[in-house]
Amino acid sequence: MKDFTTALLSGVAALAFASSAMADGHGCSVTSGSVRILGNEFPAIQTIAAKAQECVSGDATFASNLTKDHRDIQVAALTPNPAEYTSAIVANGSIVPLMNDGLIRPLDDLVAKHAPDFPKSQLITINGQIMAVAFMANAQHLFYREDILAEAGVEVPTSYEDVLAAAKAIKDKGLLEYPLSGTYKAGWNLGEEFVNMYMGTGASMFEEGTASPAINNENGIAALNMMKALSEYMNPDFLTYDSNAAAAEWEAGNVAIMNMWGSRAGPVTDDEGSTPEIVAATKFAAAPTLGEGPELATTLWWDGFTIAANISDEDAEATFIALMNGINDATANANPEQAVWLSPGYKPSPAAAGVFASASATPYPMVPYGGLMHTALGAELTEFMQGNESAEQALADVEAAYTAAAKEAGFIQ
Amino acid sequence: MSEALATRRSLPLRALLMGFLFLWLIAAAFPFFWTLWGSFKVQSDFFSIQDWRNALWGTRTVIETGGAFTGAGYEGAWIQEGFGRAVFNTLIVTVCVTAISLTFGTLGGYALSRSSYNYTFWILMVALVFRAMPHITLVSGYLLPFFELNIWGYLSTSIVVLVAINQPFTIWMLRSFFMNIPKDLDESAMVDGCTRFQAFRYVIIPVMWPGVITTGLFSFLLAYNDFAVTAMLLSKENQTMIPKIASFLGSTQQEGNVMFAVAAVVSATAPLFVLVLFFQRQIVSGLTAGAVKG
Amino acid sequence: MKHKTFLWFMLPSGFAMLLFIALPIMSVLVQSLYIEHEKVLIEVENCVPLGGCTKETVVDTEAAARLKAEQPLGQFNGFGTYTNRNHLATAEIAGFWRSTNSWAEFGKQVYGLPFYKALAFTLTYTFLVTPMVIILGFCIALAVNALPRMFKGLAIFFSLLPMMVTPLVGSLILYWMIDSRGVLGQTLQVIMADPDLSLRASPVLTWIMLMVYGTWSSAPFAFVVFYAGLQTVPEDTLESAMIDGASRWERVRYVVIPYLMPLVTFIALIQLMDNFRVFEPIVGFSAEASATSLSWIIYNDLRGEFQLFGSAAATSMLTILGVAVLLTPVLIRTWRDFKGAKS
Repeated sequence: MKDFTTALLSGVAALAFASSAMADGHGCSVTSGSVRILGNEFPAIQTIAAKAQECVSGDATFASNLTKDHRDIQVAALTPNPAEYTSAIVANGSIVPLMNDGLIRPLDDLVAKHAPDFPKSQLITINGQIMAVAFMANAQHLFYREDILAEAGVEVPTSYEDVLAAAKAIKDKGLLEYPLSGTYKAGWNLGEEFVNMYMGTGASMFEEGTASPAINNENGIAALNMMKALSEYMNPDFLTYDSNAAAAEWEAGNVAIMNMWGSRAGPVTDDEGSTPEIVAATKFAAAPTLGEGPELATTLWWDGFTIAANISDEDAEATFIALMNGINDATANANPEQAVWLSPGYKPSPAAAGVFASASATPYPMVPYGGLMHTALGAELTEFMQGNESAEQALADVEAAYTAAAKEAGFIQ
Repeated sequence: MSEALATRRSLPLRALLMGFLFLWLIAAAFPFFWTLWGSFKVQSDFFSIQDWRNALWGTRTVIETGGAFTGAGYEGAWIQEGFGRAVFNTLIVTVCVTAISLTFGTLGGYALSRSSYNYTFWILMVALVFRAMPHITLVSGYLLPFFELNIWGYLSTSIVVLVAINQPFTIWMLRSFFMNIPKDLDESAMVDGCTRFQAFRYVIIPVMWPGVITTGLFSFLLAYNDFAVTAMLLSKENQTMIPKIASFLGSTQQEGNVMFAVAAVVSATAPLFVLVLFFQRQIVSGLTAGAVKG
Repeated sequence: MKHKTFLWFMLPSGFAMLLFIALPIMSVLVQSLYIEHEKVLIEVENCVPLGGCTKETVVDTEAAARLKAEQPLGQFNGFGTYTNRNHLATAEIAGFWRSTNSWAEFGKQVYGLPFYKALAFTLTYTFLVTPMVIILGFCIALAVNALPRMFKGLAIFFSLLPMMVTPLVGSLILYWMIDSRGVLGQTLQVIMADPDLSLRASPVLTWIMLMVYGTWSSAPFAFVVFYAGLQTVPEDTLESAMIDGASRWERVRYVVIPYLMPLVTFIALIQLMDNFRVFEPIVGFSAEASATSLSWIIYNDLRGEFQLFGSAAATSMLTILGVAVLLTPVLIRTWRDFKGAKS
């Protein structure tokens, strides 16, 4: 949906005006009911929770539990009636278990009543019903060092083949020993890298309309082989590198190119942990393609809020009003560096460029069994990456592990 | 004294033992002192990818803060992130867990050491099986009932859970210590007309402290270091130190404040130092003096 | 002790264990025998920001709720979960047995299965770390016991440090120190004269690293127990041994060690069990690529977007079974002691 991005980047003044008037003004006054938020712990969500709390006054109550372990407790917390929390802040992946168990309510009536002009592009609509309101986006995209690429005489890569060629040029010139990095840590990170790469082939990971896996094919092999080829230019410890470790390598100036989370673009270009030269030369671009493309080899992620099903309508309404205030333009523009905000009046910080450039990528699949595949990938691909197994064998292992898990979960009979 | 006998060793043997102990103490304490030193540096020094010696000289610390030492980690953890609250919660949890565990455990452990029926053995075996259960499975199972009963997130819930999952260890350990206390001691008291409980109260309790202190130390450390239970069963405002420290470490989305975590760990270990020094008389001389003569 | 007295003494502890451990274990056992209901999948249109609208598959929640109301536990599967590929993988192993010609080939294939890969590390770890902890702890206890009184408190404190610093951060810092550019990693490179040595990249070195860490962090436990035990060694026995002309070594060998034997059994029990459930070092050292354990498999099932309770339950039951098998020799010994104490 490129038109959305363009619209967003050019800054639609009228829309911005309309929505901020809605949110800043009279819309935000909660004097009864209860607002209880469960969410991940990072500054953007903390800001939203604080903004939502500003609306709460009078007899209304407010509570928030922002923790890294939110995914592990959300299903149990929203199951009782009344639920422990009135809202769970989720992402592409974590909304699925709530949907599977019917624990979040459709928001159509609340949107119609309180935010009729709200941009449709921010509404997560499933089967014709609004299930979540997204407020920020994230994606892994290219981080590159302008100075090193120039010294090596290579252009900014647009495909992974270019990345390999650039890495070779940099290494051959002796500029860096390990020019590439990435989040290849065994487990969730490695699974995510494969999903990203596989998306670059444009194929689906499952057979149409069923939960049967479909990755043990030439697409899967191409994705794996590219990952392996890239890893040859990485620090040999690459299977232990998560975002923190990879970002630290970047700040130390040991890496020239990496495909990294957009949410890390701000932190690596701030004044902590790195030298001014490295920061000045750090640039962002769209995620590369695999081969000719046109699909970018990355996945788009959004974060948004949902409203629990097992709560009173009064609490649901209070929570909706408070959170809509939390995600408005004023929040976004007061904290432009905290996230790539989706609100229409947001004036992006330079660090948001990479995510916007990757806006044409496929969203991370919201299929109910996607999490199972992700787990299987993260656990079964390590031996291939260590060079102890063939790509075919690794993919067969993934499919076998996934199928066993999907049978236990009732997706495959 | 047995101590004198056990320590009366020849010079070479003594030198060997001291050399070994010296090596062990370095291995045990070096990482901590390294952390203590590093907690006054910035992250890019303490976790320096360029050169580990930066952690010694504070190269980047000088560039970023102007001095070779910085209290930024401590300031961030204590002032910005309110680590004090977590310390207070931990204090409540550890004191309660240790006290309740030891009360339950001494009663149970004493009974198990003095009963000779076969079921005693089977209770011990079942307790072992209980202990074999991985904590993450237990905790995942607690979540839904706790939410439904509306007792999730409170310190008291976590205390009860920690006491319960600590019981198998506590009764096993205390039973071993009670086994070393001769049966004649309490049985002669009972011949003199004491009830079982009186015998326990007036004869056993005065001599059981070495075992109780040692077991108490482990109960304390378990509650203090627990992550699996407290991370999942406590809400944010009731968080204890360890989950709080974990939240400083960052995630895929978010860069962590690792130096906050490092500073927090150092400040969390300081009270333990005081505690051990305070209790060392109990641990050292208490064990010796209270030791039962065979 | 009378039954009734015993009951009263045992009640608080027993009740706590019953409620918070026995009941959950029963429910986990039941859960492991069931799998989830068949999920009715429907195709719908999803719209997301930036990405536009696509056809996606979702679960029909109404149908799911109906099925759940009929059978709250799910579909009965017997031991199906235990034998599937992600657990004991009986069918796969039978297949490997038929298709491979040599033991080495068979072993390699079996090692490719997640459960057996985890089991291999778990068992190696358990059988190496447990004795090392006991020996190291005993030596430290002897050495600290020989110290002049004024140094004891300090020595005890420093010896306890590995246990006191939370594994979460302890392993993070150690992990950094042993990085190929950290202080220990560099020192090792100098000692081994291998500038490319990286403990994190090689599976073998990762295993060794985890085991050294395990010994280091558990030795204080054995130390404290032995140290407390040493204080109670009866002096008359030691004295009479000396009068009989026993050397120092003989006194340790024939008086101290037998006296401490019940403590050795105790430490072995606890350590076997704890080491069999090894988990924190694997996560702390980011060693998932080279070493997984049974507890790590459970964690992997329970954490993340989709939680597989049945699978985690089955692995948990297998863990308990594994611990029971491991402990059998110790248990038999305890039984004999128990019988001996009775007579």
